[in-house]
Amino acid sequence: MNGGYGHPRPAGGFELYSWLFMRISGLLLIFLALGHLFIMHILVGIENVDYSFVAQRYATPFWRIYDLLMLLLALFHGLNGARILIDDYVRTPGWRVFWITILYLVALVFTVIGSLIILTFQPKF
Amino acid sequence: MMEKVPAGFGGSLRWVLTYRGGEGMWSWFFHRLTGVAILLFLLIHILDTALVGWPRIYNLVMDIYRHPVFHVGEVFLVAAVLFHALNGIRITLLDFFQGLMKYQRQLFYAELYVFLLLILPTAIWMLRELWR
Repeated sequence: MNGGYGHPRPAGGFELYSWLFMRISGLLLIFLALGHLFIMHILVGIENVDYSFVAQRYATPFWRIYDLLMLLLALFHGLNGARILIDDYVRTPGWRVFWITILYLVALVFTVIGSLIILTFQPKF
Repeated sequence: MMEKVPAGFGGSLRWVLTYRGGEGMWSWFFHRLTGVAILLFLLIHILDTALVGWPRIYNLVMDIYRHPVFHVGEVFLVAAVLFHALNGIRITLLDFFQGLMKYQRQLFYAELYVFLLLILPTAIWMLRELWR
């Protein structure tokens, strides 16, 4: 136990990898996600984001690789967090099956949609 | 010792809102709250970005996002990510450097100061169109 700060480090197995993944992906996301927010929401601003902006941005591979890495890390960091919340708060076996099923469906659908946009988008000028 | 959370949504809610742990409890509570909020935003953001395959619809949705209501929401998003990031750093530091545990209270207040120092000018800058 560590006094209620964060989850105590699990002894081993899947939960230890989950615990490590949250800390490593979290550290990378500090740079990727805060960098993304700073550039897109503070420097550029939503006023200037439209189709032609995205088309220009995705004309070279750099931002696609950045966005894909950020997307996958953020999605799995967030969904793994949701898995921990389901573990903590949903007690009835039936509801657990329900929420875990939703979780895996969301993981599958959003990973596919998100990756496909980034990888297959063809800019039209 | 780990306490048992009462069953059901009402039980969980009452359990969350009962004062028990001081700074540590609020750190934990806001980490979960901001985490869920960011995840929900991320899922919506994946869907709106998917519309980029249809330029006219995409531009239409971006126009909706320029509404002042969304600008305020945007500030809450940045604040949530910033808090979650700073709090995550503190949790990770405490996990890997057990000696820091005796300063956990000070670390929480240091985190809050850094959060306010960064978010206040950012919010003023992001909402600059609204003051005019």
